Amino acid sequence: MQISFLSMSIAALFYIAFLVLAYGLISKILQYKSTPAPLKIPTMPAPTTQAGVIFRMSKEVVFFESLFKSSKATWLFGWLFHFGLFLDMLRHLRYFIDPVWFWVVLIQPAGKYGSILMFIGLAGLITRRIVVDRVRYISSPSDHLMLILLLCITSTGMAMSFYLGADVISVKSFFIGLMTFNIQNIPADAVLISHLIMVAFLMIVFPYSKLLHAPGLFFSPSRNQVDNAREKRHVAKWAEKLEKN
Amino acid sequence: MADNKFETPEIREYPIIPKLQKDVMSHSKPFIAKEPHQEPLGFPGELVDDWHDVAIKKMGDLQSKYRSLQVYLDSCVKCGACTDKCHYYVGTTDPKNMPVARQDLYRKVYRRYFTFAGKYFPKLVGATDLTKEVLDDWYSYFHQCSQCRRCSVYCPYGIDTAEISMAAREVMDTIGVGQKYCNEIIGKVHKIGNNLGLPGPALEDTLEGLEEDVEEETGVAVKFPLDVEGADVLLVTPSADFFAEPHVDGLIGYAKVFHEAGISWTISSHASEAANFGMFIGSYDNMRKLALRIREAAIKLKVKRIVFGECGHAWRVAYSFLNTLAGPWDFLDQNYPIPQHICEVTHGLIKEDKLKFDKSQNDDMVLTYHDSCNVARASRMGDKAGGQFEIPRNIIKAVCNNYHDMSKDTIKEGTYCCGGGGGLLTDDLMELRVKGALPRMEALRRVVEDHGVTHMAAICAICKSQFSKVFPYYDFTMDQIVSVHQLVSNAIILTGQHDENDENDGENHPQQDIDEAA
Repeated sequence: MQISFLSMSIAALFYIAFLVLAYGLISKILQYKSTPAPLKIPTMPAPTTQAGVIFRMSKEVVFFESLFKSSKATWLFGWLFHFGLFLDMLRHLRYFIDPVWFWVVLIQPAGKYGSILMFIGLAGLITRRIVVDRVRYISSPSDHLMLILLLCITSTGMAMSFYLGADVISVKSFFIGLMTFNIQNIPADAVLISHLIMVAFLMIVFPYSKLLHAPGLFFSPSRNQVDNAREKRHVAKWAEKLEKN
Repeated sequence: MADNKFETPEIREYPIIPKLQKDVMSHSKPFIAKEPHQEPLGFPGELVDDWHDVAIKKMGDLQSKYRSLQVYLDSCVKCGACTDKCHYYVGTTDPKNMPVARQDLYRKVYRRYFTFAGKYFPKLVGATDLTKEVLDDWYSYFHQCSQCRRCSVYCPYGIDTAEISMAAREVMDTIGVGQKYCNEIIGKVHKIGNNLGLPGPALEDTLEGLEEDVEEETGVAVKFPLDVEGADVLLVTPSADFFAEPHVDGLIGYAKVFHEAGISWTISSHASEAANFGMFIGSYDNMRKLALRIREAAIKLKVKRIVFGECGHAWRVAYSFLNTLAGPWDFLDQNYPIPQHICEVTHGLIKEDKLKFDKSQNDDMVLTYHDSCNVARASRMGDKAGGQFEIPRNIIKAVCNNYHDMSKDTIKEGTYCCGGGGGLLTDDLMELRVKGALPRMEALRRVVEDHGVTHMAAICAICKSQFSKVFPYYDFTMDQIVSVHQLVSNAIILTGQHDENDENDGENHPQQDIDEAA
C-alpha cells in the first residue's frame, strides 16, 4: 500500500505532538513534585485527615466547587465545557482500542451530545471574556485564541458527527497504526485533517500554556494540604538546613 | 502621601460590582525603608545597581523553594472568578486590585524570563520585561494586598494572591526596595522584643497599672505577671494589648479568665509580641527568627503551655507555622494544643462550667462579630474544621444577650479583611485603608439598620486598630469596635468581687447562661 504524503505528515505531527505533550507534562509534574511546600497553607476551613483532602479535591475536580461559590455563570459554562470534553474524550477512545470496550460503545451517543455541551460552554466563556469588563481587562491574546482553538476543534468535530460524516474505519486504522508503528493512510478529508491538526497543536501547547491548570490543581497546597499543623511538624528540606545553624 | 485628600466611598444599599477605573490607585505607595530599617534584616539599604538581575535570580530561587508560587504562577486560566472578591478592588475600583491582575504584575515577568511562551511570544501571552515602571507597579500594588486569602477561597485552583504578594515583597527587599512600616517594626522585635519597641521596665509599669485598675474596680487582686519562671502558661499577645483601646480591655479579660480558672500564667519581656511581621514580607528567615524568641522564652520560663492572645496574623503564624518554624515542642505539656488560642482556653472553661457570667453587664450593647481574615482562612481553633468560626461566637453568646451575624457572604470563610492587614496598617496608606474597609462597613451598616447592632467584636489587633481609625470616616464611632475578651471581662463574675452594682438578674442564673452557650 502506498502511504500518502499527507498521511506521513499527519503521522509525524502526532508523534511530535505526543512527545512534546508527554515530555512537557512529565517534566512539569516532576517540577511540582520536587518543589517543597515549606509551610502549611491550606485554605481554611480545611479537612483534618488525608481522606478529607481526597474528598475536598474530588469535589473540586468533579464539580468545580470553589468556582461554584464565586461565579455561577463562569461555573455553568466552565463546567459544561469540561464535562462535555470528558464525555467526548471517552467517546474518542474507540479510535485507539480494538476491540472497543463495552462501556465505550454504550456512551457513544452521550459523547455526541457532549460536543453540544462543549460548544455552549465555550461560547459562553468567550462571550464573558469579551463582554465583562473585568475579564476583558485580564485577558491576553492567548486567552482568546485558546478558546477559539477549542471552539474550532469542537465545531469541526460536530460537523463530522452531525452532518458530513467521516470515514471512521480508516481514521481508526490510522491511529491504531500510529500506536503500533505501522502507518496507515488517513482519508484526505479537509474537515477531518483540520480537526486533527488543531488537536495536535493543542497537545503541543498544553504543557507551555495555562492548560497547566489541569496538573496544577492537584499540586495546589491551599487545596491538597491536611489541616494538622499543630499535631504534625512539617519542615521542608531547605528549611531543615536553617536549623543546623 | 499621607496628606492627600480623598473621598470616602459611599455606602451602597445594594452592593454591585463596580466598573473599572484604571490606575486610580497607582499613586498609593507606602514609605520606602531606609538603610537603618533594611540592614538589620539582612537587606540592602537602597536599590542595588544590578537590581534587575538580582530580582530575576531571586524569583527563580523562590520558585524552587515554594511549590505554591510555582504552581500558582502556571495555573491561572484568567477565568475572572476572583475579580470581584478583593475588598481593595471593591473599595478602589482600580483593576490592578483585582486578585488576578495583581498576580499578573508578577506573572508577566515570570512568563518573560522563565517560560517558553513568554520568551518567544511575549505579546501573545502578556509577558513583559522587568523594567523600572513594572517595579514601581509592584511596589504600589503589592502593598495594596492585605494577604487576607479571600481570593484563594473562590479560585478554582486555590491560587492565593498572598503567596505572590509575599514573594514580590521578598524580591523587592532583596534589591533594596523595602517597606518602612514592616521592616522598621521587625527590627524592633529583633532588638527589643515587640512591635512597639516597649522595653521590659515600661511593660512592667503598664502591667502593674492594670493590676491596680482591676483591683480598684472589682476588689479582686487579679495579677498580670511578667517573666515569672515556672508559670504554667506563657501568654504571647500583640503588644497593642498593653495599652491601646479596645485591645487592653481584652488583655484584662484574659487575666480575669486565668485568675478565675486558677491557671498560673506569665507574659515574657523577651517574647512580648505575638504578631510576626516576617510573614508580611514573605521572609521565612525573619519569620523564623521572630518565632524562635517565643521558643527561647518558653524554655527560659519553664512553662508548660503557650497561649496566644487576640491577634489574627499572629494566630496564623502560631497555629499553622509555629510548629514548623520553632518546634518541636516536646518539652511542653502535650495534653494541650500547642500553641493554644485564648479563645480556646476560655471556651473550654465555659464548657466545663468553670466560669460564671452576668450577661446583663453587656446589655448596653448589641453585638456582631467580625471574622478576622487570617483566623478565618488561615488557621483553626478547636478540634473540628470551622472551630475558628464557632468558638468566638459561642464565647460572645455566653457573655452577651444580644447578638446578630452580618450577612452570610461577608462572614466566616467569606469574611472581608478590615482593610489594614498584611503590613498595611500605616498612616501613609490611609486612603487605601479607608477604601478597603468599604465592604465590611456596608455589611456592618446593614446589621446596624436592620438589627440595631451597636458594637462589632473582633479578635485581631490589626482589625481593632484599623476599625478604630476608619469608623469615623463611615459615620461610626471609634468605640464601636470591641475585643471579644473585653466582653468576657465585662460579664465575668470573679470570686469575691465586691458588688458595685445592685444584685441583678444575670447573677442569679449564671448556670442557665452557660448552658445556653454550650
